[in-house]
Amino acid sequence: MPEPLLHLSGVHTHIGPYHILHGVDFAVPAGELTMLLGRNGAGKTTTLRTIMGLWQASSGRIRFDGRDITASATPDIARSGIAYVPESMGIFTDLTVRENIVLAARSGPLDKTRLDWILGLFPALKRFWNLPAGNLSGGQKQMLAIARAIAEPRRLLLIDEPTKGLAPVMVRSMIEAFKALKAAGETILLVEQNFYAASALGDNVVVMDDGRIVHSGAMSELVADTALQQRLLGLSLDAHQ
Amino acid sequence: MSDLTTDAAAPTDLPRAKTDWLPLLLIPVLALVALPFVGSPSTWVTLTVAGLAMGMMIFLMASGLTLVFGLMDIINFGHGVFISLGAYATLLVLGPLAGWASADSIGLNLSLLLLCILAAMAVTGIAGAVFERVIVRPVYGSHLKQILVTMGGLIVTEQLIHAIWGASPIPIPLPQSLRGAFVLGDIVMERYRVVAVAIGLVVFGGMQLILNRTRIGLLIRAGVENPEMVEALGYRIRRLFVSVFIAGSALAGLGGVMWAFYRQTLTAGMGMEVMVLVFIVIIIGGLGSVGGCFVGSILVALVANYVGFIEPKLALISNILVMALVLIWRPQGLFPVARR
Repeated sequence: MPEPLLHLSGVHTHIGPYHILHGVDFAVPAGELTMLLGRNGAGKTTTLRTIMGLWQASSGRIRFDGRDITASATPDIARSGIAYVPESMGIFTDLTVRENIVLAARSGPLDKTRLDWILGLFPALKRFWNLPAGNLSGGQKQMLAIARAIAEPRRLLLIDEPTKGLAPVMVRSMIEAFKALKAAGETILLVEQNFYAASALGDNVVVMDDGRIVHSGAMSELVADTALQQRLLGLSLDAHQ
Repeated sequence: MSDLTTDAAAPTDLPRAKTDWLPLLLIPVLALVALPFVGSPSTWVTLTVAGLAMGMMIFLMASGLTLVFGLMDIINFGHGVFISLGAYATLLVLGPLAGWASADSIGLNLSLLLLCILAAMAVTGIAGAVFERVIVRPVYGSHLKQILVTMGGLIVTEQLIHAIWGASPIPIPLPQSLRGAFVLGDIVMERYRVVAVAIGLVVFGGMQLILNRTRIGLLIRAGVENPEMVEALGYRIRRLFVSVFIAGSALAGLGGVMWAFYRQTLTAGMGMEVMVLVFIVIIIGGLGSVGGCFVGSILVALVANYVGFIEPKLALISNILVMALVLIWRPQGLFPVARR
């Protein structure tokens, strides 16, 4: 069995005096979309930030593409091929949409073909190309954050709650964009609270609670098992549709 | 930087960002409002040119600090020492090349000024690197400690200046061609002030070019807003911090040279003396905004000149008054920079 692209084993994270992650173990296979689910405060965002080195794991090991990145600095982790879209989106509001995307292309000028593909995924960005990103709506900012993450090919995308606070129509267009990214073979670890969106996208699912992994497996299994949904998430897919 | 200067890969015929002209209009509006109070047009032109020159010198001294504050969130009360150090660095050039100052040659005079500027920027750039490593780096994230420790750094460095060059004020000669004034009818414009305006404009233009047309400029602007995200994009913000601190110190050194030739006297405390003005203009401009710092510097200097002429007793409070009015209008400054 091939080694997964990302593998967390026994990861503990402390933030100040608080013990947030308690021995997190899971794997993200290459070329698949893995959903990380859990209620508020379960430790999903902390997990992503720990992978990115924004918060250091106090123990455990994080391997990416066969390399131990547990103690690596954030820029080195990003340069190893991981793109990160935080829950706050992290766009630079004083910079134009173009400048935001240019900045993400570390290796040089933007590739025209790739840019066309990105703007095809998020056509709304075209209209605001030369305007400060602060002018965008919440949904458009989320599109920009994801467009920035894929401005250049990356090995793994970490995306934190992209549909949070978005209107249903925007959620649907976001789901379509993720489907296109999946079709393009991107490996994605996606934090999501919207189970409807998660079930429509995920190949695999990891469920967290209180800083621990409480379930991991194929998304299809979780979708098919209403009782398991109730037990893990306190809701069923039906309730979200 | 080709990817920033061209839009080869970009969609075309799209709307562009609107420039916020309102703060820029303050300068001509202020000048026009002052005209009837000043009375004589020639005096008004003289006051305006003098104010612009003073504004440019303040800008040169303040621009580095606004970048350092904006990007690094560092309150550097020691910034004034780089102004003094830059001023004293002119002695490194004026010592061996004293004859160039009195030579009746514009070329030699301007070369001397240029060499003084380069020497000052080199000295203050190196000093900035040491200051950042030894004094500032241990106190990232703690404003109170920054204030205390940078004040301490300022005092120590001022004493070092005294130890090296002595405690007495040192007179320095203004290069021959920069003495005197251009006289156009009733209008008198000091030559040195005109040169100061030119240098200020060149530096401002250069900074705008770097900030808006290069990747390093984009990184600085992005870093001012969200340094963590800049790191998550794969850039080492720490290196950027150090580079900006060095550049900010070097700019203060440049301002110090211009200030020194304007005063024609060097004192170790000359940098500290202008720090109140420097803080006022970076607050007026919007912390971290170079454009705001430029407009704020000119506004403060023009107001000081006009008020000093019209009602000298009010000159002392005019700067505070300008700051209060601007902050009532725009609490984040003229050109607010989005912050984390």
